[in-house]
Amino acid sequence: MPVAVPPFETFYDTHKDEVLAFLRKRVGRERAEDLFQDTFLRALRAYGALEHGEHLRAWVLTIASRLIIDGARRQRPTEELVVEPGGEDARPPFEELAPFTDGLPPKERVAVVLRYGYDLGYDEIGAALGSTEQAARQAASAGVRRLRKETS
Amino acid sequence: MTPVSTALDERFRAAAAAAGLLDVAYDVLEDTPVGPLLVGVSDRGVCRISFDPEPERQLEHLARVFGPRVLRSPRPLDPLRRELDEYFEGKRHAFDLDLDLRGAPEYHRRVLAELARVEYGHTTTYGALAAKTGNPRAARAIGTVMNRNPIPIVLPCHRVVGSNGSLTGYGGGLPRKEWLLRLEGAIL
Repeated sequence: MPVAVPPFETFYDTHKDEVLAFLRKRVGRERAEDLFQDTFLRALRAYGALEHGEHLRAWVLTIASRLIIDGARRQRPTEELVVEPGGEDARPPFEELAPFTDGLPPKERVAVVLRYGYDLGYDEIGAALGSTEQAARQAASAGVRRLRKETS
Repeated sequence: MTPVSTALDERFRAAAAAAGLLDVAYDVLEDTPVGPLLVGVSDRGVCRISFDPEPERQLEHLARVFGPRVLRSPRPLDPLRRELDEYFEGKRHAFDLDLDLRGAPEYHRRVLAELARVEYGHTTTYGALAAKTGNPRAARAIGTVMNRNPIPIVLPCHRVVGSNGSLTGYGGGLPRKEWLLRLEGAIL
């Protein structure tokens, strides 16, 4: 039997600290607070349509990454991404990947960014994309093949 | 991992309610004269008052009945909070709130509608309520409906007593029933 969708309160309480930490690492403290609220409002909008309660962590982190991607796209090239200074993760993985992955079809871009930028497993990426582990693996490798072709 | 600050947390909870995205907004009123109360409101009206303030036990139930977007968010509860305060201070004798009884079976709703007509400071009996809702011998069924009343206090099941005048029972425990009836001057 599929895992039931938990009450939103439970979902929010379980993941809020991690989502904020994830955002802070990538876009800095101040911007993270805006994106934090946007992430959970977007999750709330989609929440009633979820069919099961599996992989919710990957799902909400994907929403957060998409918001970072959308925000970065709007800002470039006039503004630099805000990067929190110092720390071991001072260069957000997404920032390194963004210039290359922007031209990919959406599914492949998400798969590549989540796999190589955020180190999520294919099972989590599959869940985040609403498909399977196998499909996520294929999307990521198709994306990488395309990148090789475009950059060579 | 730095936890989410109270300010950020409250900002999100308020925004979620303001955007109309919640199936149920709930809050826990920590210090009422009858102890902590968990209260919930849907887009249609007040849908829950519970003497059991443990959210874990309540949220699953609310999510099943009204939808999974159940979140603690105090603002939408303001009208209920205000009317309850006035009631507990003895200043309010009738509630002026929309109610959402979606989770209750048809028979329960009929009985609860009849219950809503029992006025402040008065009592009725299980048998009398049974007679008014079509089956004078259904006193025990009335007891069940009272016990499962999703919105006690506002729907005044504390005003229903045994035919010999004994308090009989209460979902929130007899001391609370006695306190409420005393507040209303229904018992001395």
